[in-house]
Amino acid sequence: MNKMIEAPESVRPIGLIRKALQLRRTKIGLTVLLVIMAFAIVGPFVAPHTQTEFIDMPNSLDIPGALFGTDYLGQDVWSRFLIGGRSILLLSLGATSLGLAVGISLGLIAALFKGRIDELIMRIFDVILSFPQILLALLLVSMFDASPWLTILSVGLSTTPRVGRVIRGAALSVVERDFVHAAAALGESRFRILFFEVLPNVTGPLLVEANLRFTYSIATIASLAFLGFAPDPTAANWGTMIQENSAVIVVQPWEQCCL
Amino acid sequence: MSSGLRILNLRVNVIESGCDIVDEVNLEIPAGSVLGLVGESGSGKTTVGLAVLGHARRGVEIASGEIFFGETEVLSYDAEKKRLMRGALVSYVPQDPASSLNPALRIGTQLREVLEAHNFGDSTDARTTRIKEMMAEVALPTDDEYLERYPHQLSGGQQQRVVLAMAFACRPSVIVLDEPTTGLDVSTQEHVLRTVRELARVYGVAALYITHDLAVVSELVDEVAVMYAGRIIEQGAVKDIFENPVHPYTRHLVAAAPDIVGDHLIIGLAGRAPSPGKRPIGCVFAARCELASDECRSQFPISVEIGDRHSARCIKIGQLSSNVATPSRLRTNHNIGDVLVNIEGLSAGYLGNLVVRDVSIQIRRGQCSALVGESGSGKTTVARCLGGLHSEWTGKILFEGQEIAKSSSRRPIDQRLGIQYIFQNPYGSLNPRRTVGDSIVRPLEIMGESVSEIGKQLNMVLEQVSLPASYASKYPDQLSGGERQRVAIARALISKPELLICDEVTSALDVLVQASVVDLLSDLQKNLGLAILFITHNLPLVRSFADEVAVMSEGKVVEYGFTEAIIDNPQNKYTRRLISSTPSILRSIK
Repeated sequence: MNKMIEAPESVRPIGLIRKALQLRRTKIGLTVLLVIMAFAIVGPFVAPHTQTEFIDMPNSLDIPGALFGTDYLGQDVWSRFLIGGRSILLLSLGATSLGLAVGISLGLIAALFKGRIDELIMRIFDVILSFPQILLALLLVSMFDASPWLTILSVGLSTTPRVGRVIRGAALSVVERDFVHAAAALGESRFRILFFEVLPNVTGPLLVEANLRFTYSIATIASLAFLGFAPDPTAANWGTMIQENSAVIVVQPWEQCCL
Repeated sequence: MSSGLRILNLRVNVIESGCDIVDEVNLEIPAGSVLGLVGESGSGKTTVGLAVLGHARRGVEIASGEIFFGETEVLSYDAEKKRLMRGALVSYVPQDPASSLNPALRIGTQLREVLEAHNFGDSTDARTTRIKEMMAEVALPTDDEYLERYPHQLSGGQQQRVVLAMAFACRPSVIVLDEPTTGLDVSTQEHVLRTVRELARVYGVAALYITHDLAVVSELVDEVAVMYAGRIIEQGAVKDIFENPVHPYTRHLVAAAPDIVGDHLIIGLAGRAPSPGKRPIGCVFAARCELASDECRSQFPISVEIGDRHSARCIKIGQLSSNVATPSRLRTNHNIGDVLVNIEGLSAGYLGNLVVRDVSIQIRRGQCSALVGESGSGKTTVARCLGGLHSEWTGKILFEGQEIAKSSSRRPIDQRLGIQYIFQNPYGSLNPRRTVGDSIVRPLEIMGESVSEIGKQLNMVLEQVSLPASYASKYPDQLSGGERQRVAIARALISKPELLICDEVTSALDVLVQASVVDLLSDLQKNLGLAILFITHNLPLVRSFADEVAVMSEGKVVEYGFTEAIIDNPQNKYTRRLISSTPSILRSIK
C-alpha cells in the first residue's frame, strides 16, 4: 500500500563557519583576536630579555634593542609585555573551563530534576550572584594566597552561577520536548539524557555564554593581578604591570600605552 | 456584480528569488456567501488570505493581480489607504485567538479600540451600544462585568467569538477567516461555525474561509476552492466537489478524509507538494498523479468548465483513477486476541489534582483500542501512566498478566521495550542533533546488540515504515512531518514491542499524510500482531481505524465498547453530543 517515499530535495545547510568567514566583521574580529593571542602565546618565545632582567636605568628610553625602554625597575618593557599575557590567558582559560563544567552540570540537573533540587541549586547561585564577582574572588584570594589554583577556583566558582542560570533557562524548554520523554520511556540513564539528549540542544546559548565568561574571566584575573594578587608578583603580568607602572606614567608613558 | 469579493490573476512572489508562492489565483465570492479555500499546509492558502488584506509577509510581495471589493480595486491603494481599509472594509480572523487578543487589555477595551481606530459611531455611547450588539450577535453576555474580563478569563471558544465580534464590528464587506476553529473542541467549533455563517448571511459579507479540514468546509461553506502548490486546481459548489471531484488531487483529498458517517477506509498518497522555486513547468500535481502523461508535464492545464460554476485544471478529466475507490473497512477480527494490557481502576493526577478517575480498559493483541475525548479529558494522562512517563497514579496496570511499576526506569527491560510510545508532535520527538539512524537504534544499543545486528535491524525497520535506507544518515530537519512520524514509528518498532501507544500521532499532519500514517499503523498491526492504544480527539479517524473505543470526559470513561456500536448507536449523552457536533462530509451532502 505504502509507496516508497522519494528522497527529499532539501539539503542540510552546511559550512556555517565558511559562511561566517565570508563576512567582513568576522574577518576583522578574527584578526584582532589572533593578534592578541599571538602576543600572549608566541610572545614568551621571542622576547629579547627575560622578565626580571635589569637591562638599564629605570624609566629610560633610547636603549638599543629595547623597543619601549625600561620600566620603573629598569626591566625591558617590550619583553615583559610579550611574556605577561600568557599567564592571564592560561588562568582565565582554566577558570572559564571550571566555571563552564560546574555551571553546565548544575544547570542541566536543575532543569531536569526540577522541584527541590532546582530550588536548592538556584538559591545557592543567588547567594553567589549577590556578591560582585571581583569581590568574591578577592575574598578567597586574600584569605589564602594567590596561587594559580586558587585563582582559577575562585574566579571559576564565581562564574558558575551565571553559566548555570543560562543553561538552566535554555534546558527548561528542551527537557519538555518529546524526544527527552522518549529517552526516559526507554529507560535511559539520567546522565545520558542530560549530556547526550539535552546538552547538544543548548549549544547555541552555551557558546555565547562561554565566550562572555572567558572575556570576563580575563578581566577579573587581570584586575586581581592589578590589585596585587598575582601568583608571582615579580613575574610579568599585564595586570600587575599596569599597577606597578601607573606611578611613573608621566616619565614612562610607553608601558601604559602598550597595555 | 455589485458587492462581494473578486480576485483576479493574483500572483505572490518571494522577493529575493522571484519564485511564485501562489499564481493564477482567481476567486469570486458573492456577498453573503462563504467560500472554503482548502489545501495542505504550504499550499499557499494563508498567502492568498493575507493578499486579500493587501498584505504580504516579510520577504514576500504581491507581484500582480487585482482584488475587487464590489467595484473598487484595492491592491492599487497606497499604504495609508490600505491601513484604513483593514478592519473597516475587510477583516481577518487568525487561527489562534489566545495570541491574537492582547492579554493585558480587557476585552471591552479591545473591542472599543477597533471602533475608535475606524471612527465607527459618533460618540462613546454609540460605540458602547455597538459593542453590546456585537457581543449579542456572537452569543456572548453583554453585561459590563463580562466586558471587563481579560482574555485569560475566557475559554478558547469564547475568545474566538470575541475575535469574531472584533472582525465584524465595523461591518466589513469582506472577511478572511484563517483556520479559526483549529485547536478548538468539536462542540465549540460547531458554535463558532454557526456564528460565522449567520453573520456572513445577515450582513451580506463575502467570507473567505481557509482550512485544511474538509469536513468543516462541507458543513459551513457554499463553494470550495482546492489549492495545491500555489494554484487553485478545482473549484465548485460543495456538493460537486465532494460527490463528483474531477481533479485527481481532489479525489485523493476526499478519499483520505475520515468520516464519522459511513464506513470507508481512508487512503493516503505518497510524496509531497513541490515547494516554491521547485515547481515544474507542467501540472504541479503530475509527479504524484497516477494519470500523468508527457502532455501533463509539458504545460500547466488551463481551467476546464465541468458544470455550473464547477471547474478544474486537469486535462484528464473523466479518466477515473482506479486506486481512489474507497473500499469499506472489513472488520472480522473482533476480540480474537487475548488481553495484553489490563488497566483496572486507574486514577491519576498532577500534584494532588485528579485528572483521571477510575479508568478501566483492556487492550488486546492485534487490535487497536482508541481513547477519545476533548482536550483536558485525561486521555493523554492515561497513556503516559501506561508508558511510564507519569508516576502519580493509583490502581493497577497489568501487562502480559504482570503488574507494572509506575516509572519506566523501575520496569524490567522487556516491559520497557514491550511498551513503546509515539508522540504527538513529530517535530519534537526526535532529537534534532542526532541522525535519524542514531535515534532509531538507541533501544538496541541499550540492549547491547552487536553493531552488525543493529545495522541489519535498522534497515529492516526503515523498510517496514516505507523509508529508504539512505534516510538513516539524515537529520530530522531534512524530513517532512509525515516522514518524521514514520521515523518515530520505526524507533518504536525496532525494539519489537507488543504495544504501541500512539498519542495524537496524526494531529500535526495533513490529511493525505495522516491517511498514509494510519495506513502504515494498521498494516503493522495486522502483520506484526501489534496492540495499539490510539489516543485522539478525532472521532472520524477512530471510526476508520480502531476496533474498540473508550470515550473519555472529565477524567472518566463514559462509554466503552466496539467502535461501530458506539458511533452508530451511542448511549451516553456526552457521546451523543460529541458525535452530533462532529462535522461530516457525508452527512452534510445528504
